[in-house]
Amino acid sequence: MNRYRVNQIMTGILNGVTLLVVLFIAAFILYLLASGMTAINWRFLTTSSEVGLGIRDQLFNSLYLLLLTQLISLPIALGAAMALTLYVDKRSKFASFAQGLIQILSSLPSIIVGLFGFLILVLKFNLGFSIISGALALTFFNLPILTQSIAVSLQGVPDEVMQSGLALGISKWHTITKIILPEAMPGIWSGIVISAGRVFGEAATLIYTAGQSAPTLDYTNWNPLNPASPLNIFRPAETLAVHIWKVNTESLGQDAATVSRGTIVILILVVLLFNLVARYFSTTMRKKVGR
Amino acid sequence: MNKQLFNSSKEIRQDKLGRLLVYSALTVVLVLALAMLYFIFSKGIATFTQNHINFWDFLTRSNWNTDNLQKPDLGAWALMVTSAETTLLAVLVTTPLALVIAIYIVVMSPKIGGRIVQPLTELLLGIPSVVYGFVGLTLLIPFLRNWAGGTGFGVLAASLVLALMILPTITSLAVEALNGVPQSYQTFAYSLGCTKWQVIVHVLLKISAPNLLVAVIFGVARAFGEALAVQMVIGNTVQLPLGLFTPAATLTSKLTTDMGNTIDDTLASNALWSLALLLLVMSLIFNLLAKLVLRRSQSRESISR
Repeated sequence: MNRYRVNQIMTGILNGVTLLVVLFIAAFILYLLASGMTAINWRFLTTSSEVGLGIRDQLFNSLYLLLLTQLISLPIALGAAMALTLYVDKRSKFASFAQGLIQILSSLPSIIVGLFGFLILVLKFNLGFSIISGALALTFFNLPILTQSIAVSLQGVPDEVMQSGLALGISKWHTITKIILPEAMPGIWSGIVISAGRVFGEAATLIYTAGQSAPTLDYTNWNPLNPASPLNIFRPAETLAVHIWKVNTESLGQDAATVSRGTIVILILVVLLFNLVARYFSTTMRKKVGR
Repeated sequence: MNKQLFNSSKEIRQDKLGRLLVYSALTVVLVLALAMLYFIFSKGIATFTQNHINFWDFLTRSNWNTDNLQKPDLGAWALMVTSAETTLLAVLVTTPLALVIAIYIVVMSPKIGGRIVQPLTELLLGIPSVVYGFVGLTLLIPFLRNWAGGTGFGVLAASLVLALMILPTITSLAVEALNGVPQSYQTFAYSLGCTKWQVIVHVLLKISAPNLLVAVIFGVARAFGEALAVQMVIGNTVQLPLGLFTPAATLTSKLTTDMGNTIDDTLASNALWSLALLLLVMSLIFNLLAKLVLRRSQSRESISR
């Protein structure tokens, strides 16, 4: 058999296998969306899981936890990434130590982060199963990932920018905040959005920190200290992802499947939205670099 | 007048404040990482120092019985074997498929690959792990039950769920690895009369082999550390996985099921921390392996230049 024949056969196999896998993935996602669509209606989105079978409170909890987590982790991650890329001497021992440590932290299985959060936040600091425990545990999970992705987009700005700033007599801080950060912003945004997607779907970190119950919330109560208020950070808060896990491990029968399918559609749509937004930012980034 | 001259300017004060801010942020991250490593380590060895469980027994025995405090019978061997087996099976199923897709995206048809195939696999990357667990529970398990009998829960179900989960991880890293091979090498090989398949095998795969290996290592690490999806389909029974359909438990699934029921500083809780320590050590090993492979390939490159 000559090499042209081999080439024909092998490329045929490559194309065929790819087609099969792509069809499989497409079928998988379409199945998830189609089987869940019937479960979604206005009632499902607006009732509490304790009264009806709705996911209103879980949806709010997910968004609230995501917001708090990003509010806590973004300033720290941004600062750490700036220190790593713009301040620390990159060839020093300390730089490789710090980077190694962050890499280890980012590849830690999330269940370990959950275990750590459970022991430290819930038991030691006595925060109980609460939003604040969950948000802090998610921050532990999110920080290394966000730091790494921000560091990558800061590294994308050429060194000459910093040098010309300094040569003009502008202070380092001024150069960074006024020139380098705006330049790296689309990359940073895309990093934030991608990490938001991961945080939104995370469950292993949360089952023993934010807890597995969603007390019915009163959305007219805006007093953050009232247990029924959605803003209260000391109440337990089950998220969408945790909800799927819980109803399936408790096996509620037919209802569990229906509720899960509907919840999955919401999760996937949000993730899809995040993907699109991240893609938009990375194309703006490419345009900026190509300028 | 004098005073004003000797005061530092607003710019310099801002500069110092900025430096202080970024270094304190970095300190927070590093302290957190060290605290976590320290905690897992000190809690993880408490099983052997406080509860006097024999370390060797812990590694080689397969029973998990923490109720009898006088004579606890505790061993992680079965959990480790199950973790290794599910991970290995998942990677064996996924790696060839991921490589094929990556080759398709980079070489066969960058246009369709970049517009359809790659976004689709990336979408898979964003789907939360509980969703994979749910699909495993509602589609895969009934299918396996009809096909092979038994309950359907077990090692094979967990491996297949993991296989789908790590497909996007390995694929996207493999695409990066293949894209790292300079385009000129391909052009050069074509101009020598190579067929597409020859270019793929002798140029692309050969040059990017270390980076492809790293892609697989990261896939392994993700599969090894995944907890909830596995816990939902594996059946959660601590025993040696004798067959593909034996219900079993992995390091992560055991942590998931037992974490909430333990009281701090008891044997049951310390034993779980020992499992976490094992997971941490494995994750460190995967990191180290990836680093070693990359370093070797880089030093080889610098020699050939």
